[in-house]
Amino acid sequence: MAKKEKLPKKPMTKERLKNQIFNVIGNPFNMIVFFTLIILFCLIIIPLLNMLQNSFMVAKAELRQIPDAKVGDYTLYYWKYLLASPLTKTVFVEPLLHSLIIGFFVTVISVPLGSVIAWLMVRSDIPGKKILSAFILIPYMIPSWCKALSWLSVFRNELSGSYGLLTGMGIHVPDWLAYGPFAIIIVMCMHYYAFSYIMVSGSLRSINSELEEMAEIQGANRIQILSNITLPLVLPAVLSATIMTISKSIGTYGVAANLGNRIGYYVLATRMKEFINDSPKGVGYAMSLLMIALAAVTILVNQKLIGTRKSYATIGGKGTRSNLMHLGKSKYPLLIFLLVFLFISMFLPLFVLVMESFQIVPGRGYGWDNLTLYAWIGEVENAPSKGLSFQNGLFKNSEFGRACWNTAKLSIIGSVITAICGQFLGYITTRGRGKWYGNAVEQMIFIPYLMPGVAFSAIYFSMFSQPRLGGLIPSLYGTFMLILLASIVKHFPFASRSGSSNMMQISVELEEAATIAGASFWRRIRSIIIPLAKGGFLSGFLLTFISIAKELDLIAILMTPANYTLSFLSFDYSKEAMPQVADAICIVIIVFILVCNRIANRLGGDVSKSM
Amino acid sequence: MSKIVLEHIDKFYGDNHVLKDINLTIEDGDFMTLLGPSGCGKTTTLRVISGLEKPQNGKMTINDEKVIDADVAFYEEPSKRGLNLVFQSYALWPHMTVFENVAFGLKIKKMPKKEVEEQVMKALDTMRIAQYRDRYPNELSGGQQQRVAIARAIASSPKLLLLDEPLSNLDARLRIDMRAELKRLHKETGTTIIYVTHDQVEALTMSTRIALFKEGEIAQVDTPLGIYTNPVDLTAADFIGNPRINFIDGKAVCNGETLTVHSAFGEYVYKKDSIKWDEDIPLNEEFECVLGLRPEMVDIYTQNPNHKNTVEATVYASQPAGSETMVHLTVGEADFLALQIGLVEYDMNQKVFVVLHPSRMNVYRKETGRLIKYAKVKHHAGEMDD
Repeated sequence: MAKKEKLPKKPMTKERLKNQIFNVIGNPFNMIVFFTLIILFCLIIIPLLNMLQNSFMVAKAELRQIPDAKVGDYTLYYWKYLLASPLTKTVFVEPLLHSLIIGFFVTVISVPLGSVIAWLMVRSDIPGKKILSAFILIPYMIPSWCKALSWLSVFRNELSGSYGLLTGMGIHVPDWLAYGPFAIIIVMCMHYYAFSYIMVSGSLRSINSELEEMAEIQGANRIQILSNITLPLVLPAVLSATIMTISKSIGTYGVAANLGNRIGYYVLATRMKEFINDSPKGVGYAMSLLMIALAAVTILVNQKLIGTRKSYATIGGKGTRSNLMHLGKSKYPLLIFLLVFLFISMFLPLFVLVMESFQIVPGRGYGWDNLTLYAWIGEVENAPSKGLSFQNGLFKNSEFGRACWNTAKLSIIGSVITAICGQFLGYITTRGRGKWYGNAVEQMIFIPYLMPGVAFSAIYFSMFSQPRLGGLIPSLYGTFMLILLASIVKHFPFASRSGSSNMMQISVELEEAATIAGASFWRRIRSIIIPLAKGGFLSGFLLTFISIAKELDLIAILMTPANYTLSFLSFDYSKEAMPQVADAICIVIIVFILVCNRIANRLGGDVSKSM
Repeated sequence: MSKIVLEHIDKFYGDNHVLKDINLTIEDGDFMTLLGPSGCGKTTTLRVISGLEKPQNGKMTINDEKVIDADVAFYEEPSKRGLNLVFQSYALWPHMTVFENVAFGLKIKKMPKKEVEEQVMKALDTMRIAQYRDRYPNELSGGQQQRVAIARAIASSPKLLLLDEPLSNLDARLRIDMRAELKRLHKETGTTIIYVTHDQVEALTMSTRIALFKEGEIAQVDTPLGIYTNPVDLTAADFIGNPRINFIDGKAVCNGETLTVHSAFGEYVYKKDSIKWDEDIPLNEEFECVLGLRPEMVDIYTQNPNHKNTVEATVYASQPAGSETMVHLTVGEADFLALQIGLVEYDMNQKVFVVLHPSRMNVYRKETGRLIKYAKVKHHAGEMDD
């Protein structure tokens, strides 16, 4: 093949220089790439570096703790506070241990769970597959913090202001069951099984069943086929899902906050938020850097093991002819297993949430005398119980109206901008594949993906909670702008992936044909790219829309009362001993998500791509 | 109607040197085929000519007008080169009708509406697809899409038409039809055509000249007949012709006047005029060589024909395929393939008599792989049958 030879250097003449500059400047694509690189650098790299810097810089609040220091001095105070002080055990070692324990157990349970479900749904002849497959991802669409709330509504005990279902029935619920690691692990498993399910089922679909049939002809029994043929083939997907589950479960905030905080069980994410909302913020920054490092390491390990950058995406591939495995006698026990799973992860949480939203006193059963529409349409004057007298019912509540408005504003503006940017980013990464700028854009976009939501918002908090550029950018803390900005940038990885899969379908040759016909860059975008990208754009837009609408982790740190979204309002109410109203909000969000998802599916979108 | 000259074109992708010092002149009205296996640089050359790729070295002119001068980083825009391109994938815009696809380039040139309509219909008529003008590309068959793609390329009356493996996505029958269509198009319009293909039959049947590519370099430029009879090296010989050429190992000595070759077929002595003297040939010293023998130049007889170049051979296997029969033969150490017209049956291990024509064989030097003795062309050598 072609020998490697050095490109000869050319003498630089005036004309050559002039032509070269003209070639670069005259091409709008180059200009777009140039500005994209600058913008991404400002929105991702600079905030990250800034937080790193802040974790080494004396802030006003700690002036007294650090003798002879001025604001802005270099200090190791925060890192020492976190890693080498008498408090290290409580503020760092314990939360880290908790996070790791949770990550470990969630992974150990949810990866096999998701993989088995995937195998059953793809490769077995389990009865009722069509109906089951319509439901199997619904638990994943219910936001994880909603599931945490429904866990509480079943298991809440004397520790909370109001009882849960079981306590109300007179069954004693111990603290370890109601709150803390056990509860967190179970709830997260009901959510993160989806990663393994999506990845493994994708991988299974791409395996030709002839491979298994060959083994059968050779005389292998079902177990041998599974362990010697199928499992090794899907192993990369399982591994990928494992890493992803670890990294996500370590970084999750909403579930841990709902189920851990009230008994003082902290994980990294929840502890970090306390530091950032209170003081010393520098410690919070240092912690979130450690969280980012942790997440980055797991994902890099994944890349090393799987050997490809793309492994965080679902493994694609066309379905080949596949014959189903006969389950024989174990058919019905396995069906029951699936039904129990769906019952626990989907039906029960929804049922409990809906029912509790109608209760006067939570935990006092579902008798007529304990049912009310108060949480939905009541007013404080005629509150049926003391527990409900803090707030009007949902539809009479001005906070709800405002939160609806905020949520709508945030998700519509956010997802429109994200989706448009995503298409552009996708365009640049696909057209620049293998070129330095394409790689640079891809690498930068990948960074927000590495970061847990809370850590990411911590970066933006640290960057924009004070005026920047000599007042050119005012302090954005407490503004809608900041929440919007964080939501947009955090969703870049997903949006650009959907953009690039969209652009990948538009062959470069379609554009080249237009170039030869004399179409300019903008003409090509207008006449070729936009008309062809429309469909993919819409479904990408809707999936981002859903994701922003249910987001809690990402915005928790940046939230101020004026900007409360539905999910944060619900989170807030659940802390205030108003579970009914919090539940009602959950239900509103879930219904909204399911409807949007249905529309997105119609348009060819796929919820599995929004992980 | 234009003459294209490429001088010293080099193209790198990173450290990968894909085009190495390409020099090629395409005369006005030529049907020039760039032929070679995949990955040899022929499509890249086409893209350099079209302006979609910018080479790092070299110059290119169209009708003596400068289009590329890498020394001063000058690259004329594709649309200003007066050419058009048909892509391998056709690259029809799926959201536009046939009419809109063909009209797109004309509209961009701000041609008056009436004229656009005329030009488009003319192109569609030429390709005989006027009845599909309002269909979308996905409502057409592969062959029809192909015609739309060509219509789109000729609508702007380009001086130069570039075709990148245009027939590779068609089935065998359609391919033969389209070959005829393209040949007619070339004759009717008189446009210079540059055609990229890996299919030697397309190259041999359609072109006026062929440029044979090998690993980023041009190995040989010649007429189809020239390339077929005298491939310049062993790889080229192996690539051109179906079924493949037979190679028979031998030993050769050259004394400056004649070339004497010993092989399983016996001894052949070639005269001065058939030897390619510009090649590196050792004098008065035995060296290894390879004889190139086209399968169709072997005549098989069951009775001894008493021809001076007869050898006895054994049938290894025979494959009758209706219009022709392929026969595997062995002579001593050498085994080779012969092609007979029509249906002929031979038994396995049957003894037959084979008449060979030494003057119609090529001789290659094994060490360099280069052609050192030309084969004579049969049709103007009725007198030379040996």
